[in-house]
Amino acid sequence: MKYSLLKIIKEGITGNKNWRPIWRDPEPKKSYDIVIIGGGGHGLSTAYYLSNLYGLNDVAVIEKGWIGSGNVGRNTTIIRSNYMLPGNEPFYELSMKLWEGLEQDFNYNAMISQRGILNLCHSDAQRDAFARRGNAMKLAGADAELLDEDGVRQVCPFLDFENARFPIKGGLAQKRGGTVRHDAVAWGYARGADNKGVDIIQNCEVTGFKIDNGVCRGVETSAGFIKANKVASCVAGSSSKVMGFAGMRLPIESHVLQAFVSEGLKPILPGVITFGAGHFYVSQSDKGGLVFGGDIDGYNSYAQRGNLPVVEDVCEGGMAIMPMIGRSRLLRIWGGIMDMSMDGSPFIDKTDIKGLYFNGGWCYGGFKATPASGLCYAHLLATDEPHEVATEFRLDRFINGNMIDEKGVGAQPNLH
Amino acid sequence: MIIDHPLLGPRDANEFVYLGDANLINRPDWTEKDADKQFYEYLYLRDNPSGYHRELWYHEQGDRSWLIVTRNTSTHEIKQVELAKDYHLEKSKSK
Ligand SMILES: Cc1cc2nc3c(=O)[nH]c(=O)nc-3n(C[C@H](O)[C@H](O)[C@H](O)COP(=O)(O)OP(=O)(O)OC[C@H]3O[C@@H](n4cnc5c(N)ncnc54)[C@H](O)[C@@H]3O)c2cc1C
Repeated sequence: MKYSLLKIIKEGITGNKNWRPIWRDPEPKKSYDIVIIGGGGHGLSTAYYLSNLYGLNDVAVIEKGWIGSGNVGRNTTIIRSNYMLPGNEPFYELSMKLWEGLEQDFNYNAMISQRGILNLCHSDAQRDAFARRGNAMKLAGADAELLDEDGVRQVCPFLDFENARFPIKGGLAQKRGGTVRHDAVAWGYARGADNKGVDIIQNCEVTGFKIDNGVCRGVETSAGFIKANKVASCVAGSSSKVMGFAGMRLPIESHVLQAFVSEGLKPILPGVITFGAGHFYVSQSDKGGLVFGGDIDGYNSYAQRGNLPVVEDVCEGGMAIMPMIGRSRLLRIWGGIMDMSMDGSPFIDKTDIKGLYFNGGWCYGGFKATPASGLCYAHLLATDEPHEVATEFRLDRFINGNMIDEKGVGAQPNLH
Repeated sequence: MIIDHPLLGPRDANEFVYLGDANLINRPDWTEKDADKQFYEYLYLRDNPSGYHRELWYHEQGDRSWLIVTRNTSTHEIKQVELAKDYHLEKSKSK
């Protein structure tokens, strides 16, 4: 079933009776060429690109809950490609380009909105750092624009420019950045993969691997053993748990990140705005709610809920740049479990176990990476070679000293 | 979260700074033959369990002691709190 204006009109005048579920609910087969563990954004996009781009459709995605129940349905939906280091920026820029064509590509409305992202700066030194970052972005083919105070006033007159502690001195804007309806991304990729014959198996948990002499033969699941030539882990916050079944210890800690949504308000925010002197980012959903967040809670957690100190910290950040936010009421708060890596950058790599692959370490920035992560992981699974924009996302980079540490804070995951 | 400090009683977790796995106390010996491998594992790899986790918290806004907190990462329940100093003294005695 292809979505089109014609189809909507036809269904509209015939009582909307012919819409069908957009993916099947199959029983797992005994064996697959490739088994992907985790039906989050990355697992589903991997399945989509494997089947649509690399012609491999003997693939299953195994998800312990329902697809989209993990971080892909919990994030604050910001997409951007404003990284700096050479190992990262070309990858994120590829992701941005894929976002730009995604809805046409998978024929699904993901409400991709390039409303722009504006990172505020509050000191001369920070402006210099932003100029450097903007130039690095441009070198990788991304767009970046340095705004002075007047430039920021033109787009966001409501900000607290004269804040006594953190006056706003300007900002770095990426106009192609924006927001996306996050769960539609999971659904769109799921539908596109399912159409090509990929089995999406929900409510089935992977509980172990079958490994003979260093070769992975398949996965143990709550629905029994499933044989596979290649097994691709893609479980975000559960990475250490799942790879632990294979005896691996990862350069990853799991931490909780919270997100916040206010009551619906009239349109006020033009795009995504981030505070440069603390951790606070905010956008406005199409329903009108202010969607915002800040730092991770800072201690290891698998609890999918956070604590009050971070709630306070986030609200303080909001009050510092836009005091009017204090008048809106908070509707919902939730948490998701982040796979925080030791340098703040991800992994898309083979492991020492033949046939076992790993994708993870996305920290709190993996939503924007969803299309490129799936494409690069599919490339690795199909060809056994890393995609050209993902050559540095290796598991052994800490032994070799090739960290990709955007913030330069070292092996302290709660600071990335 | 409330951390029951062995000397100061129950304190708000917000007074503390979190470092991570308590295993970070056990720094490898740099004179060992495979010290580079040991340091790699010490610095970069983590058990990262879901369930009980022994971890280091620093009481920055209090008495500046390091604590070893045994906390369930799935529920945030705190089971045990020790002074890292006591643990260290115990360990050096048994050497
Ligand atoms: C509050 C919050 C805000 C965020 N904001 C942003 C943002 O603004 N921009 C951005 O770029 N990123 C953001 N992120 C990060 C982003 O959401 C994640 O990095 C990304 O979604 C992770 O990849 P995923 O979608 O594949 O993960 P998930 O959706 O978590 O997928 C992993 C899946 O694996 C499944 N699984 C786990 N264990 C097993 C098992 N044993 N067997 C079978 N299945 C299993 C889980 O159920 C889950 O569905 C945010 C995250 C959170 C929590």
